[in-house]
Amino acid sequence: MATSALSLKNIDAYYGDSHVLTDVSFELGEARMLGLLGRNGAGKSTCMSVTMGLLAPRRGEVVVFGDKVTGLSPEMVAAQGVALVPQGRRIFKSLTVRENLMVAARKPDAGSKHAPWIAETVFAMFPRLAERHKQIAAHLSGGEQQMLAIGRALMGNPRVLLMDEPSEGLAPQIVAEVMATIRKLKESGLSIVLVEQNPRLVFDVADDIVILNTGRVAVVSTPAQLDKDGVDLTQHLGVF
Amino acid sequence: MNFWLVLTANSVTFGGLLFLLSAGFSLIFGLMRIPNLTHGSLFMLGAYVGATFVVGLLGFQLNFWLAAILATLAVAAVGALAERLLLRRLPGDQLAQVLVTLGLSFMAADFCLMVWGGDPLNIATPGGLGGFVRFGVMVFPAYRLAIIVIAIVVAVGLWLLLDRTRLGAMIRAGVDDPDMARVVGIRVSQLFTVVFALGAGLAAFAGIIGGPILSVYPGLDQDMLPLALVVVILGGSGSLLGSFVGSIIVGFIYNFGQALLPELAYFVLFMPMLLVLLLRPQGLFGRHVP
Ligand SMILES: Nc1ncnc2c1ncn2[C@@H]1O[C@H](COP(=O)(O)OP(=O)(O)O)[C@@H](O)[C@H]1O
Ligand SMILES: [Mg+2]
Repeated sequence: MATSALSLKNIDAYYGDSHVLTDVSFELGEARMLGLLGRNGAGKSTCMSVTMGLLAPRRGEVVVFGDKVTGLSPEMVAAQGVALVPQGRRIFKSLTVRENLMVAARKPDAGSKHAPWIAETVFAMFPRLAERHKQIAAHLSGGEQQMLAIGRALMGNPRVLLMDEPSEGLAPQIVAEVMATIRKLKESGLSIVLVEQNPRLVFDVADDIVILNTGRVAVVSTPAQLDKDGVDLTQHLGVF
Repeated sequence: MNFWLVLTANSVTFGGLLFLLSAGFSLIFGLMRIPNLTHGSLFMLGAYVGATFVVGLLGFQLNFWLAAILATLAVAAVGALAERLLLRRLPGDQLAQVLVTLGLSFMAADFCLMVWGGDPLNIATPGGLGGFVRFGVMVFPAYRLAIIVIAIVVAVGLWLLLDRTRLGAMIRAGVDDPDMARVVGIRVSQLFTVVFALGAGLAAFAGIIGGPILSVYPGLDQDMLPLALVVVILGGSGSLLGSFVGSIIVGFIYNFGQALLPELAYFVLFMPMLLVLLLRPQGLFGRHVP
């Protein structure tokens, strides 16, 4: 694997006394997409929280492009170029669409090859947000809120993008739109972790697959390998 | 002038002062979820510090407005320090915050008593505003009119800051979802200090501006704090419009209550608060806090 964009090393994480992640390790290569799968409660979102600095792990470390970020505050992790599209979108509901983007603006790192993301480029990608740029975000539809959450993450000009169940609760047509966007982002060279419960969405786009089962890494593989091996995914993911 | 007109004018003036006091309280509670029971003390401290310069207790006298600005800055710095050194260490623990800020307010009261003594300090109305302004048949004390104008200017200024600047949007993002705000790179903790200092400064400013009307005396803090609480509960925390409307309402209730039902003044004041708490706990203009 080329440069490692993000790696979690031997992470143990707790909520109070409840042990949620046990010795979780995985690695996201630069410009690759890692699909993180697992059924409800497996610990996927907790991996995102640990990576972002929202939850301090008891053991293990998180490394972003060679720099250890464990113990940094979320805003410092963001400054290292990590952005999160959180589960449930969590847009700033009382802000306008444009303000949601503005507050998340961060200049790209020196030497970044890409045109920086600014509000106008986000609007070019999601014309529907452009039409509603003065609206209060709470009034957007679910699909529009998801686009806004993605746009907001991009405003940080991240090197690593974490997406936690971006298809959750969306109509199939909107899911297809969101997945097309994700594909484009990957092609632009962004390193992406895509969390999903539905493996079908991920197998098409991801380079690598990690499956969590009750807080442990159960499978590390690729979509092609998983197809070939005919691994019984229902064991880890439930029935689809 | 007609009794009712005077009462109305006084109510609006007092509402303006209450707005200056409670806007900060509301912001601090809305953004940081800190029930800052030192807010009355900050008001009193601002009044005392300002009075010190206006009256010339240190051997030199300053212009009223210069003294007001100095008092505002000094108390804002005190607020920032209290936030950095104490409240910062108690995130999310509202009981501890209540106890610490209550303790601080008692300490501040003792401190003021020690430094400025038990006698009220009267602050002269600033030069040029001692007279009356005529509107047709009505005459209005010029200084009270100035307070209303100042409150409106501050309200508009705060609104512009919160509603029209990136800093304001960041503060509102922090109110909406502090964790997510941090995830997108907003230094919520620094914003907290700024907001706390701003709220403290506004309270102090209200204290000195109100000085010529209320004077400064031990216990002023405990007279003002409940009013700020009522305003914020009526208007809804974190809402500037709520603070403004709530302040005017409380200004009226307080003045009319004192004039018409002096024995029941507190009853009249707290009854609407209880009703709002029962029927619309988020306040008239507040959002529902989960
Ligand atoms: N804030 C929290 N406090 C306590 N337990 C939590 C919290 N968040 C998640 N959990 C628990 O941690 C486990 C993993 O949750 P999560 O990471 O959200 O799973 P996933 O995202 O894979 O559905 C679950 O058992 C869940 O109930
Ligand atoms: Mg989840």
